[in-house]
Parts: sequence; C-alpha cells; structure tokens
Amino acid sequence: MFAIDLATLAGAHRDEVDRQMTVCNACRYCEGLCAVFPAMELRKTFAAGDLDYLANLCHNCGACYYDCQYAPPHEFGINVPVALADLREDTYAEYAWPRAVAPLFRVNGLFIALALVLAVAVFVAGFALMADSGALFRSGTEPGAFYRVMPHNTMVVLFGGAFLFAILSISVSVRRFWRAAGPMPVTVPSLWRAAKDAGSLRYLGGGGMGCNNTSERPDNRRRLYHHLTFYGFLLCLASTTTGTIFHYLLDWSAPYPWWTPVKIFGVLGGIGLVIGPLGLMREKVQRAEVISTGNKGLGAAFLWVLILLGGTGLLLTALRSTPVMGLLLAVHLGVVFAFFVTMPYGKFVHGLYRFAALMRHAHEHVAAHGKMPEPLKQPLPKTVTS
Amino acid sequence: MDDRGKAQYDVRTTLVNQYDVLIAGGGNAALSAAISAAKDGARVCIVEAAPKAWRGGNTRHTRNCRVAHDEGNGILTGPYPVEEYTEDLMRVTKGVTDVELAAITLERSKEVWDFLAENGVHFQPSLGGTLSLGRTNAFFMGGGRAMLNALYRTAEDLGVEIFYDTAVTDLQIEDGFFISATVTESWDTDASTPREIEARCFVAASGGFEANIEWLTEAWGPAAKNFLIRGTPYNTGGVLRLLMDRGIQTTGQPDQCHAVAVDGRAPKFDGGIVTRLDCVPFGIVVNAKAERFYDEGEDFWPKRYAIWGRLVAAQPEQVGHVIIDAKSIDLFMPSVFPPEKAETLEILAGRIGLDPTRLLDTVETFNAACIPGDFDHTVHDNCHTEGLEPPKSHWARPIETGPFYAYTLRPGITFTYMGVKVNRDARMVMENGTVSPNLFAAGEIMAGNILGQGYLAGIGMTIGTVFGRIAGTEAVRYVRN
Repeated sequence: MFAIDLATLAGAHRDEVDRQMTVCNACRYCEGLCAVFPAMELRKTFAAGDLDYLANLCHNCGACYYDCQYAPPHEFGINVPVALADLREDTYAEYAWPRAVAPLFRVNGLFIALALVLAVAVFVAGFALMADSGALFRSGTEPGAFYRVMPHNTMVVLFGGAFLFAILSISVSVRRFWRAAGPMPVTVPSLWRAAKDAGSLRYLGGGGMGCNNTSERPDNRRRLYHHLTFYGFLLCLASTTTGTIFHYLLDWSAPYPWWTPVKIFGVLGGIGLVIGPLGLMREKVQRAEVISTGNKGLGAAFLWVLILLGGTGLLLTALRSTPVMGLLLAVHLGVVFAFFVTMPYGKFVHGLYRFAALMRHAHEHVAAHGKMPEPLKQPLPKTVTS
Repeated sequence: MDDRGKAQYDVRTTLVNQYDVLIAGGGNAALSAAISAAKDGARVCIVEAAPKAWRGGNTRHTRNCRVAHDEGNGILTGPYPVEEYTEDLMRVTKGVTDVELAAITLERSKEVWDFLAENGVHFQPSLGGTLSLGRTNAFFMGGGRAMLNALYRTAEDLGVEIFYDTAVTDLQIEDGFFISATVTESWDTDASTPREIEARCFVAASGGFEANIEWLTEAWGPAAKNFLIRGTPYNTGGVLRLLMDRGIQTTGQPDQCHAVAVDGRAPKFDGGIVTRLDCVPFGIVVNAKAERFYDEGEDFWPKRYAIWGRLVAAQPEQVGHVIIDAKSIDLFMPSVFPPEKAETLEILAGRIGLDPTRLLDTVETFNAACIPGDFDHTVHDNCHTEGLEPPKSHWARPIETGPFYAYTLRPGITFTYMGVKVNRDARMVMENGTVSPNLFAAGEIMAGNILGQGYLAGIGMTIGTVFGRIAGTEAVRYVRN
C-alpha cells in the first residue's frame, strides 16, 4: 500500500501541468479568472517549484475548464483544474515533515478514520479507567466540572503537545514549499493582500461569475459553504482563546454560561463547522465528473473531522447538564486530539499552502506590474431591448 | 432557480414541427438572434451541427468584440467614436464594403456591450500582449467560450430549444419565401434521421465555408490543401450552398478570407489563438528556397499579422520559416510548440529541410545590409536594412548570435468572407434583386457585406451580435404581421 512511488507520480503530474501551462501561456484568455494565469504569464518556462506554486494558487473553481477552447475532446486536452488538483495533492505529501509520513496522504481517509477511532477510544477508556469511578457518566455545569473528568493540567499537556507538534510540522512544510519556488521576501503588503484574498475567497469566484462546480452554470455555493467552514473554524479558535484567557487571567474555569464570549463564539463556530462542511460535501458529490480528480478521500476525510469537531462540541454544550456529559466530553476531546494530530497530514494544510501562494503572487505581481488588479466591477448594462 | 434551464440543457426535448423562428448555427450570431426573438415572445429553435462539446462555431475561439463608445467605462480605457471606427473600417477594407450596412453595424455596435452584459456576459480589460486593443475592443471574461456559455444559459432560460448534432440538410424555398427546412439529427453518423421542420422564418447563422477544403480549392487552387483551419471544422458552408442553389444572391469573393501565418505544426482544425506566432518582426522569414519574400519589419505585428497568411500562401508549398537568433528569443509571446533550435545555421537549415548554403547566403546578405541603430521593439526603431530587396524597415539586427531558432509558418484561415447578400433588416436578397420576406442571415455567413476585404480585430463578433439582434427582431416583427 505504501509502495507507490510518490516521486514518479509527482513527476508525471508536474509534467502534465508543465505541458498544459505552455498551451495556456500562448492563449491567455483565462487571464481575468483568477491568480493562476497572471502568475503563469510572469514565466516562460516552469521549474518544479513554480508548478507546485501554481498548483496551490488554484482554488479549483472550474471556470477555466468550461471556458477553455482546448478542453477535451480537443486534442490539446487542457483541463487545468484537474491537472493542478492532482499536482496540488502531490505537493502536500512532497513537502510534508517528517518525510517518512508522506505516504499518509495517499491513504488519507484510512489514516484519519483510524486516528479518530483510536483517539476517541483512548479518551473514553482513559476516562473510565483513570478518573474517579463514574466520571464518564457525570453531568456538570458548575465551574471545574470538566476537570473533574479530566484534570486541567493533563488536558493542557496532551493538547498543547499535540498542537505544538502540528505547528512545528506545518511550519517546516510551508517553509520548504515557500523556498522551492525561489527566494522571495515576506512583506507586510503581500501578507495583507493575501489575507484579503484568502479571507474573501476572491479566486473562488470565477472572475466574478461564480464557481463552475457542477456545470456550465456558475454559482457561489462553494464559496458560501467554505466561508461558513472557515469562519466557523476561526470562531471556534476564538472560543478556545477566550477560554484560555478566562482560565488564566480571570481564574474562571469551564464550563461557562451561554452568554460568555467563549460559548457564543463556540456555538456559532460549531454551527458553521457543521453546516459548512456538510455543504462542501454536497458540492463535492455534485461536482461535475469532468473536473473531478480520482482522489476524493483527502477532502472528504478532512470534512468529516470538521463535522465531528463542530457536532460533538455542540452536543456537549447542549447536553452538558445530563449524565452523558462525561462520555460526550471524552468523544469531543478525542476528536479534537485526532484533529490536532492529523492537521499536518491532511487537507488542513491546503489553507496554509494556498495562503503562502497568494502571498507570493501578491509580491511578484506588484513587483512586475506595480499593483494588484482589484476585483472587477462589471459596468452595469443600461436596459436594452432585444 | 435554474432548474428549468438545466433540465432543458441536459435532457434533449423532441423537435416539434412548427416554430416561429428556426435558426441554423450555434455561435454568437445565432444566439443573439435567438435571444432577441425569444425575448419578443417567439418560439425559437436552434439547430447546431456540432455536438455540444464543440458548439458555437468560431465564437469559441474569439476573445473580444470591437465596439464604438463615447467614453471609457472602467474596463474600456477611452472613447472610440463611430467616426473613428468608420475610418478604421474604410482603411482596412479599402472601401470594399456596403456603406449602409457598415454604418448600421458601427452605429449599433454601441449597444453590443449592454446587450451582452444584460444576457450574462462579463468583460475584462484587454489581455496581456493586446494593450493596443484596450480602448477599442471589449474582451470577454474567460474568452469566447465563456461568452457563449453565458448566452446559451440565457437562451435556455428564455425557452429557446437547442438541438446539437443537428444539421440543416435541405431548404424548401419558393421564390424567396421560406417554407420549411430538412434537419438531420446525428447527421454525420449512420443513424442520421432527416425530418422536415416548418417555421415562419429562417435565420442562417451557420458560419462561412472555411473548413470545406474542396470549396477552398475552387477559389485558391491546389494550394488550399496546405491551409490550416484555425477554427471549427463544422463551418463547411452547407447552408450557404443550399441558399446559393435556391437563388440567393452572394456577396464577396470566394478567395477573400481572414488568414494569418500560424505555426506549421498546428492541428488541421481548431488550433485557435495559440498557434499564432509573434516572432516575425524579430527575425527574417524565408520560403522553401531559403529566400526572403517580404518586409518583416514593416510595422508592429498586430498591424501586420493578418497579411502574412496570404504572403505565405503565395510561396512554394505554402510554407515559410522564421529564423531568429538568441538575442530575440525572449522578446515575444511564448509559443505553444517549442522552436527548432541549433548551434549553427547549417544544422538549423538541415532540421527544417532547407538548403544550408542558400540559407547561409540569405542570412549573410541580410546581416550585411543591416544598419546598426538603437533597437527598441516597442517603437518603430531605426534598425533597418539598406540596399536589400525586400527591405526590413525596422527591428533589423544581424542574425549572428547562436543558438539559432526556427519556426515554420503555414497559412491559417480564420474565416471566409463570401456569403449571402442581405439588406438593412438582415433579410436575404435574391439574385433578381428582390428581398426575401422571411429569410434572414447573421454572422460570418453575411459578414462579407461589410468586410469585403481586410480585417479589423474584433469586428467579426460585432457584425454577429448586431445582425443577430436585427435578424431576431425583424423575424418576430414578420411573425407578428
């Protein structure tokens, strides 16, 4: 199962992107659709790092496939969304740290499912065995109730450790990805630009018409669901952060009443983190076959983790005054732990590579053209009769 | 929301026997006619000879339309008055145009942006490498196929019935009056099923005949077999021939067409924009005998590329070879196929099938005639030749720095100009000069009324939209009466 030669595979995908970009660079009709084509135009030939960069700049909106005069059945067989998606998934493995874990990307669904099951099982068993008897089936809403089930310091060490390792691993990976495309300074303007473009998912808009996920008819559903997911995730982070502040600065232990920012952020975030990924899952199912890649596991595995993350968190909040609180806490913590552990080795990393690519694009585009193009406002038609 | 259009899109409904407007063709002109007629309440049917994946004729290869406007709009960079547009058209056609129809086209080109935008088309600033068109030409966001997709969506939502893979194979016309059409589904297979469709009027928007090599051979002689067709293979002129046989008057000469020099390795059909080469002004062009035959530096390439198709077509074997050296290789848009490359001119000559001695001789003569100057490819610089025939007026630098590169050129035909004669209502004119009450034409099949010769970038699409709209509106007016 781990015998697939990743280097050969990545080479083939890179060669294909290289071939397609050579055709695109002589055409350029798609220049206004997203960042990929303007970035391509700054190059006449494409080194491996350039191709990996372009692959991660692509938001996979599909517009350039439907707009392409050279898409299959044309003999040039141009299908940029698929070619870039194939290579993009290779890059996650290629830049993974430590290198030995790269094959986890090939069997990502299995890996993440195992991590989830194991983590949840360990937490449930741990609660049953190590905490005082009956902790698993204890309700609690008073301050400190969670920590009777699992001591706070144990929680901090375990989760802090997993989280710090994930940060370290991802940092090494992104740094290697960044360097592969050539040296480039990290500047505040490019950082700000990337934050704006990533935060608005500007390039999931097909140049203004929308994302061609299902057919020639563009829409903005994927963008909406991704916003729900991403901002839901950020709200959950905000919830955790304010929780930490409450704990250490205000000396106020969880669980918190509903009106605290911890809960408001957490509940809203949790809702986003359930609805968003469910919507993205639906869009994935409905994605047109012609622009779908063979490997659907990577995205699906990540979406399931997010749904479980949000879902178990919401359940815990809703049912914390009932006897299932202990069990739900064990399950929720298990999912959170699995999420931390799998963060560097799953679809989570797409956001960081994408952000780095957007930053590089912002920097090199301004260096070459003096400024970034603002999103186009289509001059509205005066009403004309047929 | 869009389920209605989608259902119609994916599930082929059955052709009924009676329509208000039957339209042959599936490009910009056909859709402009269909949308205009459907918005006025007509029952409209489009029959497109190509399968869905290839729908839209040459529109799928286009990227802009040239539109008159009194001021810039944020995307178009400045005004382009009708008067200036008219001067441009008169210059390129040398006056070979129907003045009345040309005036209508240019005046109504002012409405094209709004018409397309209202029907779902988005625009973008002129593409990299085409800055010279930023003021005059409206570029479609995502190119011609994106524009087509938008128009198809609108047409579907308006209830226009669209049949792919379906060709008009016969026309029943009596004294210039359209009665019915024979249309054949799956016309290029054994399972083809012809059937007769009645309609109150017929719009021919089915393109030119540039993909019909036999027809081209009638006009061009045996040289035509070496032409590459830049666009759709479905423009074989079937409907045009039927109309000619039923007594419709033609306009334009059969050998007039838009032809450029393209990469000789391009596919026979549908090579589109990527097969163009922008390297001619940076080197010399020789024919199969390794001799130069035209001033490569006469003017900026965007102003000259459209004459090179004819120039190459006139050479032996219809072939040309651009020879450039290492100084110039990065000065032009990247090519889709890599050039032949060699350390010496002798080896290069061997690779492209030229006599090495003759090529060396031509290059040495050229090099000796180059007057040193300040090379600048962004202006008409002073690097030129003296005492050389033909001269190279600008950007002439000795070809002496290896490695050397060669691109092969072939004539690439974009579209033919000969078509049916129409009047200001887009109605076809019969050979005896009478005007048909219910036969209309729009797009390439009648573009020759306006473009007798020469070409102006983006005017083909403008003619298609303007006359498509006129045909659709006039057709409905006829149906109502």
